[in-house]
Amino acid sequence: MVGSIPASATAELSAAPRSKAKQFSPWLDAWRRFRRHRLALVSTVVLSAIVLSVLFMPFVWSVPINEIDFTARLKGPSPAHPFGTDDLGQDLLSRMLYGGRISLAVAFAAMVVAIVVGTIIGAIAGMSRGWVGPALMWLTDLFLSLPPLPLLLLVIYLFRDSLKSVFGPEGGVFILIVLVVGGLRWMPAARLVRAQFLSLREKEFVEAARALGASRLRQVIRHILPNALGPVIVAATVDVAAAIIAESTLSFLGLGFPPDIPSWGRILFDAKDYLDIAPHWAMFPGVAIFLTVLSISFIGDGLRDALDPRKVM
Amino acid sequence: MGQYLLKRLLIAIPSILGISVILFTVLALAPGDPFEELATNPNVPAEVREMLRQKFGLDDPVAIRYFRWLAAMAQGDFGFSFASRIDVGDLIMQRLPTTLIIIGLAQLIALAIALPVGVYAATRPYSIFDQIASTFAFVGFSLPPFFTGLLLILVFSIQFDWLPFVYRADIEATGWRWFWEHVRQAIMPVSVLALFLAASLTRYVRSSVLDVIRLDYVTTARAKGLGERVVITKHVVRNALIPVVTLVFLQLPALFGGAIVTEQIFRIPGIGSLLISSILANDTPVVMAVTFVSAILVVLFNLIADILYGWLDPRISYG
Repeated sequence: MVGSIPASATAELSAAPRSKAKQFSPWLDAWRRFRRHRLALVSTVVLSAIVLSVLFMPFVWSVPINEIDFTARLKGPSPAHPFGTDDLGQDLLSRMLYGGRISLAVAFAAMVVAIVVGTIIGAIAGMSRGWVGPALMWLTDLFLSLPPLPLLLLVIYLFRDSLKSVFGPEGGVFILIVLVVGGLRWMPAARLVRAQFLSLREKEFVEAARALGASRLRQVIRHILPNALGPVIVAATVDVAAAIIAESTLSFLGLGFPPDIPSWGRILFDAKDYLDIAPHWAMFPGVAIFLTVLSISFIGDGLRDALDPRKVM
Repeated sequence: MGQYLLKRLLIAIPSILGISVILFTVLALAPGDPFEELATNPNVPAEVREMLRQKFGLDDPVAIRYFRWLAAMAQGDFGFSFASRIDVGDLIMQRLPTTLIIIGLAQLIALAIALPVGVYAATRPYSIFDQIASTFAFVGFSLPPFFTGLLLILVFSIQFDWLPFVYRADIEATGWRWFWEHVRQAIMPVSVLALFLAASLTRYVRSSVLDVIRLDYVTTARAKGLGERVVITKHVVRNALIPVVTLVFLQLPALFGGAIVTEQIFRIPGIGSLLISSILANDTPVVMAVTFVSAILVVLFNLIADILYGWLDPRISYG
């Protein structure tokens, strides 16, 4: 047994390169390229920290978000209130954590809406050979030339009250904002998916699948879509950042969430009139939005290097 | 060129019609009634309400209402503001110039920053300067305008008390003093928008220059002994700027959004703050008209961008 040790060691040495070569996969390759983008790596850590603390900190820091304490109005950060308090003496740390859940949930859901709608429209436009494709692209260009914020405000203005009465104040506003923010951002994804489909559908492997008798749906889902996924993931990342900004812009204008649902933009909206006496109140949500969006943008940039090698500048 | 111009114009018309259909559909789908106020008002008898509804044709089929609305919009008749009690067209014309001046100034400053920085970064890709510039660009478009605005107010108005943070349209001074007051109050809103714009423009200029700098004719220019400065300014930048011109105009939809937020923060009496205040006052005619006007302006600027693009790059108009 003792004598066999060197033999196994050399055997392992010679086997090592082979097992490494076997481990090669597109995802591993992408991770290798992503790792090279140092800012993207740092951003992943920052974003994970934000997401994890928003998700799990409320279990540790269990001060209610609406506990009013007039003796501690507009106080700066202190051990009792690490992020200070607002004009009603409500604890800002727990409001920030709650708001983070809202802002991130809205952004994620809006991104899913935008990507699903965009992928479906882009896929139909990319697969059709008749008039459907150009017609859908004309519609896409039309939506791209609409000024997004005025339209967002218009839709919210017109539909706010009826959705509130159906789904309740929280659910109604949440659904409305997700649908509107996501529904007005599907265009870039649609164009991207269409461009990918136009080149992929002529590739030999798709032709082979067609020759084997694969239906059009199977060609799309099994063969074309997985190969178009890289740029779509990059677009999805950008969309999350854009949705965070859109939601906080709406809340900042006072047309998003009501004051009892403090999303980050809403906290900023409430804080803006107390800028001179309580600057900390505006700084925390502002910095949180900024850090989240910045880290998502860097991650998107890193993902572009990793998943979309054509676009590397 | 003539044919290209005509083609672009013919594409713009269905776009405007399409936008009007989208806006009208949104309005028609929306629950609620513009005469709700009258319906709940006990002083208005039911017959009067019926007569008003008939006069404004509220019970007609959707298609007829759409064409009537479109005809009114085309004649510049935007209706009557419920809240301000004046013509919506006049109200918009009062507010539009301020917004256009702020947006235009911001665009100019953004170009003045983005052009040199983008070109310099592209001639030295992956250098320290390039990396710092691109980091700043990321910071610039990750800072939402509402936060930049509050930060500027915090620093320059509250901390140092250098600049006013409320925009006043009626400054009493005259002559240079009047001009100086206007400049002072415009500094912060314009820089908020300019920063937001310059960030994305810088990255765009950089990648556009990088695309051109690798082309063969640039190598030829260098090979015949031209100095680097002449090669960059006369040969590279001229061609690299063509797509940038388009982007300057295509950024307008996003810029309108930024202007709404900025006007709200600094209380600038522009078209964006008009939109917000009429939403809060349930003033439907104004809300519809402002949205429609901003959409028309965007289509118009897209058209200008297309025409400029075809003029600057003849390959496009012959293609």
